[in-house]
Amino acid sequence: MKRKLPKITVWRAIFAAILVSGLYATYLRVFHGLGGATNLSDKFPWGLWIAFDVMCGVGLAAGGFTLVAMVHIFNIEKYHPVLRPAILTAFLGYVLVVVGLLYDLGRPDRLWHPLVMWNPHSVMFEVAWCVTLYTTVLFLEFLPVVLEKFGLHKPLNWIHKISVPLMILGVLLSTLHQSSLGSLFLIVPEKLYPLWYSPILPVLFFLSSIAVGLAMTIFESWHSSRAFGRALELPLLMSMGRVLAVVLSVYLWVRFLDLSHRHAFPLLARNRIETWLFGLEIALMVIPMVLLYQHRFRSTPGRLYACAVMVVFGFITNRLNVGTTGLEAGSGTHYIPRWSEVAVTLSIVGVGFAIFRLVAQYFPIFEAHTNQSAPAVVEERQPEPIQVA
Amino acid sequence: MSKAILYDSTLCIGCKACEGACAERWGLPYNDQIAAEQTISAHKLTAVETHGDKFCRRLCMNCLQPTCVSVCPVGALQKTALGPVTYDADKCMGCRYCMQACPFQVPTYEWSKRLPKMRKCNMCYERQSAGKQTACAEVCPVGATVNGDRDELIREAKRRIGEKPDQYYGKIYGINEAGGTSVLFLSAVPFAQIGLKTNVPDEPLPETTWRVLELVPDVVSTGTVLLGGIYWITNRRAEVAKKEGRR
Repeated sequence: MKRKLPKITVWRAIFAAILVSGLYATYLRVFHGLGGATNLSDKFPWGLWIAFDVMCGVGLAAGGFTLVAMVHIFNIEKYHPVLRPAILTAFLGYVLVVVGLLYDLGRPDRLWHPLVMWNPHSVMFEVAWCVTLYTTVLFLEFLPVVLEKFGLHKPLNWIHKISVPLMILGVLLSTLHQSSLGSLFLIVPEKLYPLWYSPILPVLFFLSSIAVGLAMTIFESWHSSRAFGRALELPLLMSMGRVLAVVLSVYLWVRFLDLSHRHAFPLLARNRIETWLFGLEIALMVIPMVLLYQHRFRSTPGRLYACAVMVVFGFITNRLNVGTTGLEAGSGTHYIPRWSEVAVTLSIVGVGFAIFRLVAQYFPIFEAHTNQSAPAVVEERQPEPIQVA
Repeated sequence: MSKAILYDSTLCIGCKACEGACAERWGLPYNDQIAAEQTISAHKLTAVETHGDKFCRRLCMNCLQPTCVSVCPVGALQKTALGPVTYDADKCMGCRYCMQACPFQVPTYEWSKRLPKMRKCNMCYERQSAGKQTACAEVCPVGATVNGDRDELIREAKRRIGEKPDQYYGKIYGINEAGGTSVLFLSAVPFAQIGLKTNVPDEPLPETTWRVLELVPDVVSTGTVLLGGIYWITNRRAEVAKKEGRR
């Protein structure tokens, strides 16, 4: 425990520095407009805030719907212990995506406009509705944690009554939302580099979101076990690593088929920045896939964690490629985010980590927390399906 | 009939009178410094580019099936029956999807403003509604920019190519590009040489996203049945197992 103290202060100092720069960047954004805070231009209207804060934010929140589907719909009870942290991540993720949008929209005061002024032909319209509805669903899925904490049983029962339709709705909305972020780019066939532009972008975005949802769950379990000094649910995470390996295989195979059907492989012979970034992205998915198929990598917490981190970075590389670098050549311009864009992004990530930590500390998120009373918890949970059915 | 603009690059003398008239029509400042700018921007909605000894105008193409109209989540952009693509700044929330999606990279943004708007040419919707010419066509001293019915302008363009085939690159830019545009170009040289985008697909781009969006009801309905069914099966199994265990 003593060893941890200085480490935390270093992190706190970094955190404070990030927040201060983030606040100054916020000042620039508010008082000097998008032009004062970003390197965006008429030819390159979307940058880091869309590609990372929104596209990666939504993807990294995918553990929520993946685990809800696994635990409650497919009824794989053994994953129950990591369900709550996944829902918390998803809820925080979505709230922070909205925060990111407030920075990126030219008129954040009009965030609500798509709910009133409709255009069902727009993917962005679908995205707006998915963000709104799914954030609401995640709030309701997370609410029981708060209600339990304060012993409010009546509203808890109400939520239990609607929990099944709510969970199905959540999975459907996530499916639509994850895929629609890919659909956004179907409209730019002449701009997005052909290694990434594909008519099945929505399918690829959906599949990769499942992979990163699982990877994020492993990631946060590992971190929280260190932060709170609790035991890691290793057998559970090992089997999740197995699932992750299979999901990655399916994803990579579909990408391979897609590239082959579009005759895009000759592009890999070109010595261009896009080729290398594509290679990086694929490597960060292939390597963890190969490693996760091996028992000795799944069964060591550190190695399992490393694999999850690689998947997360592979996913981020993919979204940044689709959202920024893959568009540069086609837009005829270069884009490197300004420091203020990076500062806002890091601040949002930092605040996300901090809030997660605080909530996990004060609310019943990790079941190993209440290890002594574990049987009681299990018993309490058992009647749920019957009650609903 | 839908209105259009025909710009004949072979007639253009690069006087930039259209730029000045456009600025005046929008109430935007115009001076030598702005005149020297070669690109369209939020304060310059049309620009006369110089390509060697050739000139080429840039302005909103006011497409027949506009990409920007299809992508705008709040319907701030509309294709009017008259032809122009109009913009309602009061609806716009600044997502800039129109800018990202436009195959001609036309929409521009007021980057430095605290309450910014998108800006683009709307083919003088207000003037044309009142039966007047677009400001650029009215002011053009050599008839390089003319304004009229699209079908008539296409006939006129074909007539010009037919009369002087050696002076024209034998095609009309804007007939098929992105499914057809309301601004048509004639040129003496291949279009790429005067800065026009030649990689724009002929297919109307809204189709690319609509193909997926129209599946949303199918995904939702099939998903509901599938997930509901899986839930019913898996939890029924658990229920039965529990009851049998009890007995």
